[in-house]
Amino acid sequence: MSLSVTNLSVNYGAHNVLEQLQFKSLTAGTVTGLLGPNAAGKSTLFKAIAGLVDSSGEISLNAENIGSYSKKIRAKKIAYLPQSFHSSLALSVFESILLSLKQQSGWRVSSTDLNKVGDILSLLNISSLADKDIFELSGGQKQLVAMARILIVEPQVILLDEPTSALDLHHQLAILSLVKKLTVERNLITVAALHDVNLAAKYCDQLMILNHGTIQAQGKPSEVLSQSLLGETYQVWTNLECTSKGQLYVEAELIEDRLATAG
Amino acid sequence: MDRISESKQDLVRNPSEFAETTVIRFQKRIARKLQLLALISILLLISAVVDISIGPGNFSLATIFEVLLDKAAHGVKLEVIIWDYRMPVAITAVIVGAMLGVAGALMQTLLNNPLAEPFTLGVSSAASFGAALAIVTGIGLVPNVGSFLVTLNAFFFALGTCVLLLGLMRYKHIGTQSIVLFGIAIFFAFNAMLAMMEYSASETQLQRIIFWMMGSLGRASWMQIGWGLALLVVVLPFCMSRTWRLTALRLGEESAMSMGVDISRLRVEILICISLLAATAVAFVGAIGFVGLVGPHIARLLVGEDQRYFIPLSALLGALMLSLTSIVSKTLTPGIIYPIGIITALIGVPVFLTIIIKHSKERGV
Repeated sequence: MSLSVTNLSVNYGAHNVLEQLQFKSLTAGTVTGLLGPNAAGKSTLFKAIAGLVDSSGEISLNAENIGSYSKKIRAKKIAYLPQSFHSSLALSVFESILLSLKQQSGWRVSSTDLNKVGDILSLLNISSLADKDIFELSGGQKQLVAMARILIVEPQVILLDEPTSALDLHHQLAILSLVKKLTVERNLITVAALHDVNLAAKYCDQLMILNHGTIQAQGKPSEVLSQSLLGETYQVWTNLECTSKGQLYVEAELIEDRLATAG
Repeated sequence: MDRISESKQDLVRNPSEFAETTVIRFQKRIARKLQLLALISILLLISAVVDISIGPGNFSLATIFEVLLDKAAHGVKLEVIIWDYRMPVAITAVIVGAMLGVAGALMQTLLNNPLAEPFTLGVSSAASFGAALAIVTGIGLVPNVGSFLVTLNAFFFALGTCVLLLGLMRYKHIGTQSIVLFGIAIFFAFNAMLAMMEYSASETQLQRIIFWMMGSLGRASWMQIGWGLALLVVVLPFCMSRTWRLTALRLGEESAMSMGVDISRLRVEILICISLLAATAVAFVGAIGFVGLVGPHIARLLVGEDQRYFIPLSALLGALMLSLTSIVSKTLTPGIIYPIGIITALIGVPVFLTIIIKHSKERGV
């Protein structure tokens, strides 16, 4: 199973957000971290792959152009987790997950549907939240529910737009660890937009750096993360170290602060 | 050894058992929602019967039931009073209330705004202007319709406003909040034109306009009931078949689209339903506010956002509210039947405020 993108362009009016973007085929069972500064086009890339914005170019899943899929089939194969998650709804966790499942099947709720929801709640260890309304949940719990909502349709590709934003360190690690585990167990193609370079290096099999509407680099974290690329991408001074566990560690500082300290 | 293997088995078995109890708990919640729907249906039935039994002519409940079961049981006079006067009023209250309840619920879902309803979005004002135009100038959108001129004018003006909102919605760069603001602008624009009509109206015409604007069940007829029922029979199942998509829409457009919902198509379909329901309801009874606002609001508090229960409960609560209002309008001052629009606002405002304050305290928002 593979996902590839060729010459993908997206415009918002006169503004070109993505320009002839392409990346090497992403394979099943791997987590790819999408890095890039704010407004680089990360969310737009996800939305284009999920079919939420108009785009030109070719997006292929298993060598098949997904432009030919209906909205429903595309949503079944490619699950997209947006950044924002409505929190004031009087909808229980169980209902919100069932809702996601029912977009793909008939109107009636069968016992199989209910058991599927029960199973996914158990899998993510959030059965105790089932009766709670979404607005009652903490940020970490909401992310887990959102994960359950996309996993229940058994997609082939999952696109996570900043899944760790607004989470404390514990929950950031917990979510990414879960994503990594599920990607391998379910043989998924996972792409996660992340801001924390160190977390990306720790949990992702490969990284893509997106800037100015194109992919600037793609490969294993050790191949992609370099002082010059990070410096140019984020306009910061960086220092890369390898920990005793062989893990890359990126230390970053604003260039002006660095110069002030040095001077 | 046995104990260790037993506890291991427990660990293995527990997740699925947990899943099972979660499912059972969910099923119990659903059962409670269905019980609530049944309870409100019973209350609605009782309210409708009470509505029929109340009137200037003091008849016992037993007499009313006998005439309901057999038209000719107590002579022609009672047959006319019960079957031609009271029943059309009581049933119209139920049908129009249900229409306004559903229209309000759908508008709130579609525009993601709890204040959206036919009244606040200018649909009722447009209908009032249409009616006033026919009353004062005799100008109608449909020619040669005789006594139906006022009703049809109101209907087409209301429908036109909904179509305008639909057109705006189809325009890509207009967000739902802008549509609500546009609706409010329509409300004020038609109210200003209505004031002009009132200013140039004769005393008799002015009386008719004011009576129309206040909303009244006095024009209820079996023909209206037939049309209203036919519309509900078509529109309600259609909307119910889209309830999963509508609930997804409540999670936000992006989330709904990521689930595979074709939101452009859904919006058009639902706005057509809203247009028909709101325009028909307003054309039948005039401008009645708060039913489309309060009914769905209470329904949301009782059953949440799952539109499979929210829409039917909004219909039932809208119907119950208008039916109870019909009773109050007849009993407030013996011998006087107040326009129903006045009563809905009088009862609706304090009830609505109480709910909002209580709900805000509970949620801490």
